[in-house]
Amino acid sequence: MTIHQLSIFVENKQGTLIKVLQLLKEANVQLIASTIADTVEYGIYRIICSEPDRAYEILRDQGISVALSEVFALELDDKVGRAADTLALFSKEGINIAYMYSFLLHGKGILVFRTDNEQHTREVIEKADLKFIPEKDLSKY
Amino acid sequence: MAVWNYTKECMSADERAALQGRRLHRVVEYVYHNTPFYRSKMQELGLEPNDIQTVEDIVKLPYTTKQDLRDNYPFGLQAAPKSEIVRVHASTGTTGKPTIVGYTRKDIGIWSEIVARAFTSFGVSRDDAFSVAYGYGMFTGGLGAHYGIENLGATVLPASTGNSEKHARLIHDLEITGIACTPSYALHLAETMEKMGYDKSELKLRIGAFGAEPWTESMRKEIESRLGLKAYNIYGLSEIMGPGVSYECECQEGSHINEDHFFPEIIDPKSLSPMGRDEVGELVFTTLTKEGMPLLRYRTRDLCTLMSGECPCGRTFVRMGRILGRSDDMLIIRGINVFPSQIESVILSMPEFEPQYILIVDRVDNLDSLQIQVEIRPQFFTDDVRTIESFQKRLADKIRSVISINAVVRVLFPGSIERSQGKGNHVIDNRILK
Repeated sequence: MTIHQLSIFVENKQGTLIKVLQLLKEANVQLIASTIADTVEYGIYRIICSEPDRAYEILRDQGISVALSEVFALELDDKVGRAADTLALFSKEGINIAYMYSFLLHGKGILVFRTDNEQHTREVIEKADLKFIPEKDLSKY
Repeated sequence: MAVWNYTKECMSADERAALQGRRLHRVVEYVYHNTPFYRSKMQELGLEPNDIQTVEDIVKLPYTTKQDLRDNYPFGLQAAPKSEIVRVHASTGTTGKPTIVGYTRKDIGIWSEIVARAFTSFGVSRDDAFSVAYGYGMFTGGLGAHYGIENLGATVLPASTGNSEKHARLIHDLEITGIACTPSYALHLAETMEKMGYDKSELKLRIGAFGAEPWTESMRKEIESRLGLKAYNIYGLSEIMGPGVSYECECQEGSHINEDHFFPEIIDPKSLSPMGRDEVGELVFTTLTKEGMPLLRYRTRDLCTLMSGECPCGRTFVRMGRILGRSDDMLIIRGINVFPSQIESVILSMPEFEPQYILIVDRVDNLDSLQIQVEIRPQFFTDDVRTIESFQKRLADKIRSVISINAVVRVLFPGSIERSQGKGNHVIDNRILK
């Protein structure tokens, strides 16, 4: 139901992103999706990649502020309104989305998000029998 | 222009030296018998009160520092019994301990006298109405100016700081003729009045008494042209008394020190040896008449000169030049004394941050601002922006409770602050003081 995501603390300054990406490249880790949330002073760079545990260790050992967290990753059919219908399920239950982004994997739409109540979110996903992607699908392709 | 106390302010050099010698002997005798701190210091030096008879003998006495006040917190250097103390002021101090100064009724009377001298020297009379916009409360600025102006007989509007719009309206409506505040607050007020649409020609302002923070000739000109008044400098420090220790006259060539109450010296801050007239060094004061907390040779850490020559205004009190800097790392932000070590101790108390920081002081819209840059520790970094923001807020709250200033906390990537060998320079002061 959840997959691992790397969250990297980045300063709004030239060269910070390229350093992270270069390290992942050298370690032969594939980037699958990424997004930057920025405040005025700093950003949080969130990455979905192959071998997140190994990638986490590599970045940490290089002195980069990185956290490994679990996020929900649902698979959505390629049809109009799927995201709206899915989010409505959580909204009805009073669950708030902290952040969300999406990407395509093997031609399928993937919705990645984090909520303010992890347990409750799991129950909603099980009850509605929503499709989610297992982490093994994120290995290199 | 008028002189408040001609007998004292214009006394001859010989007369003054004789008076200072008598008063110095008396205060030394007084602290020897009433302040254990000074008695033991003098005993270590083999000194007795009778060894101090004239002003030349002052060099035999020990120095007093801010650290001594801290070590003897809160009342260790107070000489008068508690029953004689009628007021206590507290200023910010390093490592969270404020400096406590107790005043007897006589001290308050002398303070009111010296402030009346200063304001008379600025041209203030009983017909003036003065707005005091220094902070009232534990800070000496507000009440110090207030009592002196009342003593002089002019009207006081105790405006204190904050609520600039209401203040601006009252300056206009009540036909206020003078204002006492920090120079940066004066500029802030000028801006407020301009925004509200008041033209300086509609105002009755004519005299400004500014102090509590360093300022410059260009700031003086700007304040004068924007508020349509003549701006004077008033200097003081709470350890010695508060505002009024020295003041400008109409000549505006340095500030006259009230030498019948405070004996000034300039010393080399490194060798501690006395320096001559017109040489830049650290200003040192001995209180000659104080009862509550008399201090011997208190090191102000302010760097300036004592000027030679006579002032055309007729006052014979020695003049001190503009404050050129500090011999320690104290910053004055919005008139509040801030030591980087105070902020450092707050940062060290929060495990979320590395013990590295940079303080950036700036002046935005004529008000001082303080930004604190800190590095978040890698193990405290989370995916959640709100958690990081809560660290920032907690640090800002703690800082405010220690120095009473709202600082902006900026979180940096670990390792982004350059590590320096030994005691680094953590302060960037972008305020241009020319």
